[in-house]
Formats: sequence, structure tokens, C-alpha cells
Amino acid sequence: MFATTYAIPDVLVFAGAALLIITGALGVIVMKNPVHSALSLILALLGVAVAFLAQNADFLAAVEIIVYAGAIVVLFLFVIMFLGVDKSNHPHVEPLVGQRWLAAMGVLVTMAGVITLMASSHWVSGVLSSSTGGVALATGAGNVTQLGDSVFTTYLLSFEATAGLLIIAVVGAVLLARRERPADSDDDVDVTGRVDGGGEEPEGEWWVVNEQTSEEVDS
Amino acid sequence: MSHLAPLILVLPLLGFLLVVLNGRSLSDRAVGVVATGVVALSFLASVVTFVLLLHDRTREVTVNLFTWISVDTLHVPAAILVDPLSITMCLFVTGISTLIHLYSTSYMHGEKDYRKFFLYLNLFVFSMLTLVLANNLVLTFVGWEGVGVCSYWLVSFYFDRESAASAGKKAFIYNRVGDIGLLLAMFLLFVHTHTLTYLGIFSSTSLLSPAIATLVVLALLLAATGKSAQIPLFNWLPDAMEGPTPVSALIHAATMVTAGVYLLVRMSPVLALSSSGRMTIAVIGGLTAFVAATIATAQKDIKKVLAFSTVSQIGYMVLAVGVGAYGAAIFLMVSHAFFKALLFLGSGSVIHSLGGEQDMRKMGGLAKWLPLTFPTFLVGWLTISGVPPFAGFWSKGDVLTNVFAHNKPLWVLGILTAILTAYYMSRLFILTFRGTERFREVTHQHDPHESPLAMTAPLLILAALSVFGGLLDLPWAHGFSLTHFLSPTFGFVAPSAVQSTTLQTGLALVDVAAAAIGLFAAFTIWRNTVESSTFEKPFFEHVWRWDDAYDAVLARPLEHLAQVSNDVVENRIIDGAVEGLGGSVQRSGEGIRKLQAGMVRQYALAMVLGLTVIVVYLVGRVG
Amino acid sequence: MTVPASWYLVLAAVLFGIGAFGVLTRRSALIMFMCIELMLNAVNLTFVTFARTMSDIGGQTTVFFVMVVAAAEVTVGLGIVVAVFRRRESTSVDELSELQG
Repeated sequence: MFATTYAIPDVLVFAGAALLIITGALGVIVMKNPVHSALSLILALLGVAVAFLAQNADFLAAVEIIVYAGAIVVLFLFVIMFLGVDKSNHPHVEPLVGQRWLAAMGVLVTMAGVITLMASSHWVSGVLSSSTGGVALATGAGNVTQLGDSVFTTYLLSFEATAGLLIIAVVGAVLLARRERPADSDDDVDVTGRVDGGGEEPEGEWWVVNEQTSEEVDS
Repeated sequence: MSHLAPLILVLPLLGFLLVVLNGRSLSDRAVGVVATGVVALSFLASVVTFVLLLHDRTREVTVNLFTWISVDTLHVPAAILVDPLSITMCLFVTGISTLIHLYSTSYMHGEKDYRKFFLYLNLFVFSMLTLVLANNLVLTFVGWEGVGVCSYWLVSFYFDRESAASAGKKAFIYNRVGDIGLLLAMFLLFVHTHTLTYLGIFSSTSLLSPAIATLVVLALLLAATGKSAQIPLFNWLPDAMEGPTPVSALIHAATMVTAGVYLLVRMSPVLALSSSGRMTIAVIGGLTAFVAATIATAQKDIKKVLAFSTVSQIGYMVLAVGVGAYGAAIFLMVSHAFFKALLFLGSGSVIHSLGGEQDMRKMGGLAKWLPLTFPTFLVGWLTISGVPPFAGFWSKGDVLTNVFAHNKPLWVLGILTAILTAYYMSRLFILTFRGTERFREVTHQHDPHESPLAMTAPLLILAALSVFGGLLDLPWAHGFSLTHFLSPTFGFVAPSAVQSTTLQTGLALVDVAAAAIGLFAAFTIWRNTVESSTFEKPFFEHVWRWDDAYDAVLARPLEHLAQVSNDVVENRIIDGAVEGLGGSVQRSGEGIRKLQAGMVRQYALAMVLGLTVIVVYLVGRVG
Repeated sequence: MTVPASWYLVLAAVLFGIGAFGVLTRRSALIMFMCIELMLNAVNLTFVTFARTMSDIGGQTTVFFVMVVAAAEVTVGLGIVVAVFRRRESTSVDELSELQG
């Protein structure tokens, strides 16, 4: 059926993209090891990039790979390694009663409903954005030109605002993750670099590392 | 006269105000002088007004003081009606009050609340005069309530005594129950005659149907039984003896208790319309007289005997009113005031001499110790027993003669009561003054001494009045008699059948015989005994168990109801509802707050579920 | 003829659903973040699909901005995660439950 209505390459491309996306996504939520989850995420993002390409969004596909898969996921991996949670310890027991079932049911019903709604309104029936409509999206360099025109003329203010946003984000991240220098605070700092909060003295001499309590962790 | 009549009323009020405002600065002696003085002056004003009234053609003078209530059709002036009935009442009220004020200056000497006593006494006299002089029912009601309140204050004068305090309460509450009757009567009369002044009502009696008139009469009877201590509201009077003796003499013998009879006599034109109402009045009066007399035979406290005697004598007056002999009722009222006040004051003198002892079993042989009290008391005793030629014989005889003419069974009851009256008064006299001296254990070393002049002078005056009081209304003096003087104020009533002289003499002889039987019986039984269970029946002594009956029928159920109301309605229902409301709000709040467990994933799930609901709704709408 | 838009939209919806399920179910803060990224990408896919169907470049511009914001958000978010979880051994968000009723 597909072959008669649609061109085979397009269908194949779609199938490939879909496969990658679904596999990656399922991998993210199923994998116990967070590193494996991050890698699955990359797979999913790859699939999304393919989907972008198939829809004449060349620039965005590139940005997707470079920024998302290349920077954001790498950042994730950095933090995973930094916090040392790459060792998996995934209890099968869900502490919240009925969470999983309710979540599954809720998500399924919502998605089914959304798809039904889309179907009943003929999928595409929205309002055009303030950019010019009716001009076919070009591929290759044409797409970049079109996108650049849109960003730098119609949406210039938003663009400048995102610049400011990025600066704020960087400053915020640096501040948040900063470790208190020993000279700056009166708190006792043990040798592992942890800051001791309000009056809690570690047992034993100050040079002895605290025994780790064996807590159940979901890493 | 229009200037003089208000003076009668205002003078005691002036005395009250003077003592109230200058209380601290006046000495006891000055207070006594002021209080007695104003009442004496009021008496003088009454005498002058009386003389002036005799010369007045109309014998009916209204003195308007000020307009009090004037709303739509209701016009109630503050006005005085001076007519024979009211001036008669004024005369003996102010006269007796003066004597008792004088007596009290000596009797209450040294008491710590001396000033308060005279305050209340003056206020009482003012209220009584308001009651009597008013020209409309509302102002009478003001006086009516005033005497009730003063009676309450004076009965519980020794308020730190539990029995005195509750006696005062009892008196007031019984009075209050009776007041409902007066209010009902006022309402009924106003609805039908549109006026509340006496003269107005009397001129519109045609507007009252017999049924309404009967209702009014019964309502007035209820009020009278409350104030004058008749069945069924009489058992407050013996308890009221807790007050000082002058109070018992003034209020509970001579004045307040006669207010009920006065009201009935005043409303005689309305009484004339209802024969069943009058029959009820007569029956109540006769029964009360008899029952009270039986109770008095078994009492051991001297004042209680006199109290029940008062109830009994007022029963005679009410009986007289019931058969239409208004003149006889008033005559008995006046003479009763004389001899009952005399008896009470005399008993006060006896109690005073024994240092406060009131139990007759501890008296006896006082004749030689009290040379002035003894003869005056003797006079009083003979008068009340109905021995000729004292006032009691004439007045009681007048009543009984009129009763005979209308209702033979009640007359028989009256004669029986007369026998009992003579009997118990003689018993009292013997136990107190004759016989062996039993008071030594009470008075220890001291001999009883005679009272000072301020106390004995009133006794002498009252004794004289008791001796000569009969002259007021001798049966053969039709021109110059009290009844003749008063008759214009009475409504149309069936005139007492003209009785032949022989019948009258015969009835008089029966009265004398009754007195003689009573005296003889008492002397025989009580000459040597002090206590006797056969002749002092416990049933009579305990007031025919009347108090117990009221307690069981009214007091206990009401108490029980109050207890149930508190436990069930108040504590469980109302408090439960209020607290339940608050508690349920609190509990629901606590339940709801468990939704916020601090778990982010829970919140996220809630959001997703909410989104699910919205989507489902939209799908439902589309599909 | 390319594949109709409906297929891509369904795919995006499914991806969004998976991401949502992951956010609700996984307890590690980092994995929750990754699932949020999945959801964002689903939205991006939707926008691009619409852009293609309606020949409107505005859709792609929106995706552009979404990516910028996602990057900034991940930066700050991971900074918070580091700051909070440095003291603890686990990254379970269930332990951050002191703000409760």
C-alpha cells in the first residue's frame, strides 16, 4: 500500500527515523545504567535529525547533531561521571503506590486522545506564523537563507533575548556549581571537600573520612 | 384637693429619695425621724383629703399628674382617682404605716442595715399608694409590681441567711405568676373597651360579653390569689415571715396582701357581669379560709400561726367579694389591718423580749413580765376570735351574714373556720402568755423586759382601734357607715337580701357560739400541755403537703427538663454541631494536606492526569 | 510525494508519551532530565512537520529557539543537580521531599 501511494525512499527514510527514535527513547527509560541511557538518548536524537532532514530542515538537523547530541548529552555524561552515579543500583520496587500504572495509563490515554484530536481536525489546520507563508521551503543553502532571514529580521528581538539568556545561564551554572573555598566560610570542611552544613560534627577525628551509609540509590 | 392628693403620693417618695441621697451623712436617728415623718405627713394629707372629699358632691375627683402613654388609641395618663374607696385605703395604709414606722425605729435599733430598712419601707408605702390611688389599670400595675419588689427586698432583708433569701425569691415568683392574670385582664379589657382607666371601663361594660367578662374576672382572681396569698398561690406567705416582724406586720398583714382584694373590689362593675366568676371567687375564698385555719392549728412558730391566720382572714374577704358584699369585705379589711398589725407587733414585742425566740413551746407565763404587751395582745386576741363588742365580731359577722344570704354551704364553711380561728388564736395566747415559764433556757439569766415606748405606743393605739373599730359599720347604722360611704364605687350588684332583724340576731348568736366553742376547746386542751400529736396534726403542720406537691409536679420535672436540655441539647447537639463543623473542617484539611507529600513525581503525575482529563473531555466533545 | 504529515505527528506524539512516562517513572534526576529532552525533541519534530506542511519558515525558527532554550536549561539544571546532590550519595529525587504539607 505504501509503495503505490508514496515513494519508497521516503517511506524507508521515515521508517529508519522512526526506528531510531523509538529505540532510543525506549532505551532511555529502560536502561539501568545512566551512561547507557545517555547513549540511547544520542540514538534518539540521531533519529530526530534524520526526520528533520527528510522534512527540508537541513540547518536544524545539523544543529541538532552538533548542539544536542554533541554538547548537551556530553554535558550529561560529564555530570554523571562527576557525581559518580554511573554505577547502577536500580531497585525494582516503586515506592509510590500505583505510580507506574497510573503514569502508563495517563500517558497512553493522553496520547491516544491527542492523536484522535489531530485526526479529527485533519492533522494540519493551524495559523501561519508571522513569517511569509506560501513559499516552498528550500533545501540546502536555500534553507539556511530562509531560516536566517526569519531569525534576523522577524524574530530579531527573540534572538537577542536568547543571547542574554545564554549569558545568564552560564553565570548561573558557574555560581551554582561552585564549591565553597575553605577560606571564605567558617564551616568546617573535611578533606573530601564537602562542606559541612550547620553544626553537624562528623564522628571521630577530622581527618577520617565519613563512613558511607549504604543507602539505596537509584543512579 | 388637686394639690393635696398628689402630696399623699409624693411624700413617701420624697422620704425615700432623701434617705437614699443623703444616706451616709444622716445618723440612724435622723433616718428614722425622716422616714416616719413623711409617712405621718402623708397620713395627715389623707385625712384632709378625706374631709374635702366629704364635701364634694361628685365624690369622684381625678387629678391628672402628667400624660404618660399616648400611642394611637392607647391613652394611659399618670393620674390619681380620689374616691371613697381609694381614700379609705389611703387612710388606713398611711395610718398603719406611720405606726409601724414608729415601732420600727425602736425594734430595728442597732441593726447594721437600719437605713436600708427605712428606704425600703418608704418605697413600699409609695408603691402601695400608687396602687391604690391610680385611676387606671396600668398605673395600678406599676404599684402592684412595686409592692412586690419591696416585699422581696424586705423579706430577704437578712440576706445572708439562706432561708431568708429563698423566701424572698419564693414570694416574688409566686407574685409574678399571679401578675400574668393582671396582664391578661388588662389585655382583654383593652381589646374590648379600648380604654384602661377605671372610669372608662366602668362606663363601657356593655361592650363586654359574659364570656369575656368571666375570663377577665378569672384573670383578676389569679392576680389576687398571687398577691393576697389565696389558693393556689398562698404558700409564699408563711415563708415570708423570715423578714423582720414590722415587715410582716405592715406588708403581710395590713397592706400588700389586701391589694388583691382591693383590685377585685375596684373592678366590681366588671365582676357584676359574671356570676360564674363571682362564684369561683367565693369558693376560693371560703376554701382558703378553712384550709389556712386548719394549718394554723398545728404551727409551733408564733409568726407562722399569725401568717396562716392572715391567709384565712383574707379568705373571708375574698369570700365576701365573691358573694357581692363589697362593703363587708372592705370593713373586714380595715378592721383586720388594725388587729392583725396589733397581733404582729405584739408578737414582735414578745420575740424582742425573749431575745429572738419564736417557738411557742419555749414561751409561756409572759403575762406578768410584759405589762403593756399583754393587755393589748389580749384585745387583739379577743377581736380576731370574734368576741363582741370588739371590731372583729362586727366585721366578721357582717361578712358571714352576707354569705348566709347567698350561699348556705359556704356559710357553714365560714362558721367552721370561725371556730378554728378562735381555737388556734386561743392556743397561741395560752402558750405565749399563760402557763408555766418555759423560756428560762433561752434567756439564761435575764428576765424578759417590756419594750420601749416607741414600740408600745403603737400597740396601745391599735388596741384602741380594735376596740372601737366596730363603730365604722354597725349593722343598724345605715346612714353613717362605711358601706354607705363606699357604695357609690361599687358596680351594680344584687343587693343583699334585706334580712329581718331576728335573722340577723340569730346569726350573730351563732357567731358568738362559734367563738365560745373555739375558746373553750383551746383552754381545755392547752391549759397544761405544750405539745400534742393528736391536736397538732403533721398534715396540717406541713401545709397540707402543698409545697411538696408543687415540688413534685412542677419543680422536679422542670429541673429534669433543664438537666436534659443541658446534657443533651446543649452539650451534645449544639456543641456537637459546632465542634463537629470545626472538627470536620480541620479533619478535611488534614486529609487534603496529605496530597502534598513533597514528592515531585507525584506532582508530575497529577499534572499528567489532569491533562488526561482535559484531553478526554475534548475528545468526547469532538467525537 | 513525501510521507504524509500525520505519520510524523503520530511519531512525535509517541515520542512525547515515552518521554512523559520516563519523567514520571524514573527516580534519578539525570534520567528525568534526559526524558525531558526527549519531550522537547518531540515538540521540535512537530514544529518542523508543520513548517513543511504549511510551507512556513516560522516553524523552523521556533525549533531554533527551542534548542537554544533547551541548552540553557540543561546547563542551569545540571548545575542545580550538581549543587544539590554533591552532599548525597544518590540522585534520587524522592529524597527531596521536605517541602510538604
